[in-house]
Amino acid sequence: MSTATATATSVSLAVRDVHLAFGQHQVLRGADLEVARGGTACVIGPSGSGKSTLLRTINRLIEPDRGDVLLDGRSVLGDDPDALRQRIGMVFQQFNLFPHMTVLRNLTLALRKLKKLPEDEAVQVARTQLDLVGLAHKADVRPAQLSGGQQQRVAIARALALRPQVMLFDEATSALDPELVKGVLGVMADLSAAGMTMVVVTHEMGFAREVADTVAFMDAGVVLEAGPPAAVFEAAEHPRLRRFLSQVL
Amino acid sequence: MDPLSTLWETFFDWDAMREALPEMVTVGLPNTLILAVSAALLGSVLGMLLAVAGISRTRWLRWPARVYTDVFRGLPAAATILLIGVGLAPLGMQVWGPNPYPLGVLALSLIAAAYIGEIFRAGIQSVEAAQLEGARALGFSWGEAMRLVIVPQGVRRVLPAWVNQLIALIKDSSLVYFLGLVASQRELFRIGQDYAATTGNESALLLAGLFYLLLTVPLTHAVNWIDRRLRQGRAVAAPDLDVELDPAGAPAPTGKDPR
Ligand SMILES: Nc1ncnc2c1ncn2[C@@H]1O[C@H](COP(=O)(O)OP(=O)(O)OP(=O)(O)O)[C@@H](O)[C@H]1O
Ligand SMILES: [Mg+2]
Repeated sequence: MSTATATATSVSLAVRDVHLAFGQHQVLRGADLEVARGGTACVIGPSGSGKSTLLRTINRLIEPDRGDVLLDGRSVLGDDPDALRQRIGMVFQQFNLFPHMTVLRNLTLALRKLKKLPEDEAVQVARTQLDLVGLAHKADVRPAQLSGGQQQRVAIARALALRPQVMLFDEATSALDPELVKGVLGVMADLSAAGMTMVVVTHEMGFAREVADTVAFMDAGVVLEAGPPAAVFEAAEHPRLRRFLSQVL
Repeated sequence: MDPLSTLWETFFDWDAMREALPEMVTVGLPNTLILAVSAALLGSVLGMLLAVAGISRTRWLRWPARVYTDVFRGLPAAATILLIGVGLAPLGMQVWGPNPYPLGVLALSLIAAAYIGEIFRAGIQSVEAAQLEGARALGFSWGEAMRLVIVPQGVRRVLPAWVNQLIALIKDSSLVYFLGLVASQRELFRIGQDYAATTGNESALLLAGLFYLLLTVPLTHAVNWIDRRLRQGRAVAAPDLDVELDPAGAPAPTGKDPR
């Protein structure tokens, strides 16, 4: 099963020295992250370290106070944020599907309203994308009638239907029953293999080890250590990372 | 005649009812519907604007919406209708002539908007912030996300309360008789009242009451039906709405602020 149809347009991603505070609470303190074109970075780290916040500054759901985000070497901070978000797909822990629409509508809404595709074309793109995550037969049901794993695959399809150049995943499998995790991780691994540039916040260390090109360990608002999975998992330099790994592995 | 049968005659004089019936059907009912339906449409549109202004990040939208709602919910409907219907009558005279309907509908709409605005606001605020984030992550602007994703969900959740407000409107439409109606403009209540006044018998008014029930009771059941459907359909987090129909009642909006 190949999830991605057109990832030829993947870009490289760089996060440079991003700072962000919620009021007095300094959450990001100079976070850096590099993902090569078509690469996959897995972000790991303790709860509250700022992983979700970092993802949200990449597609500017949250505007960083300082620092820069670059796609193919060009800063995106000057771009129109709505246009930028069409280029960056995002998948959430709780799926965030629209419950009052059918699965198909969830996919076609942005295609029709943002990409301005005519109805029949939007439906065709949506059906193709659903087929790629194995859910073409669920096009006409409401999200609530699907399992969590199916809902998350729909959410991935919804993001992919817009042909993003980068995909962000925020603990995409954390809300799923254990037996449903594999299916979603499989879709994500396929996408990575197909050459999508991805940033994956995850607690699935097995996935990070097998799929990631880079594993980045976040702690207290910075990326403390980053490198190839083997280096991070087998030869961690930083004591905090070693302690974290001893807890999760 | 014994007192009981006199009492019976006062309310259930079939001949008096039969006499009033044709006018009720051909004049009163259409007029009541015209008033209630146009006020429902205008009131819902205004209510939606108030709801969106009420959750706006701009104080200059939030504030006026707040004041408006307090004023129009706080005044007796009869006072509002008189103030607008009589107070603006000279202006109306120049624009559309002596017809009291436009100002009557306006007054009814302005009152309904205050309640409907609160209902919609409660519904919109009950939609999880994650829905807005999901829509914005796809590239929708705040306005598009509200219009396409948040508002439709919010409104759905408060449909029962909205229908309750339509019931209130049907009843309140009787108050436009304050504004002076010529024969062809009379609605159900006024026709019943006129017959009652000329005959000294309340049967025609009772008939008018039956017509109101004919309109409102099915709506009441529609509310219950919608409510049940919403509850069964999916586990929606329906906001706790406690909207009373009299001007003293205030809805109790709950839920998160979707920004
Ligand atoms: N909108 C917000 N307003 C205020 N504080 C926030 C907001 N979002 C996150 N925070 C705070 O920022 C810190 C980092 O949160 P974040 O969600 O980025 O952590 P995380 O690494 O994703 O944690 P988890 O693994 O639990 O998801 C936390 O202390 C959190 O309370
Ligand atoms: Mg998080």
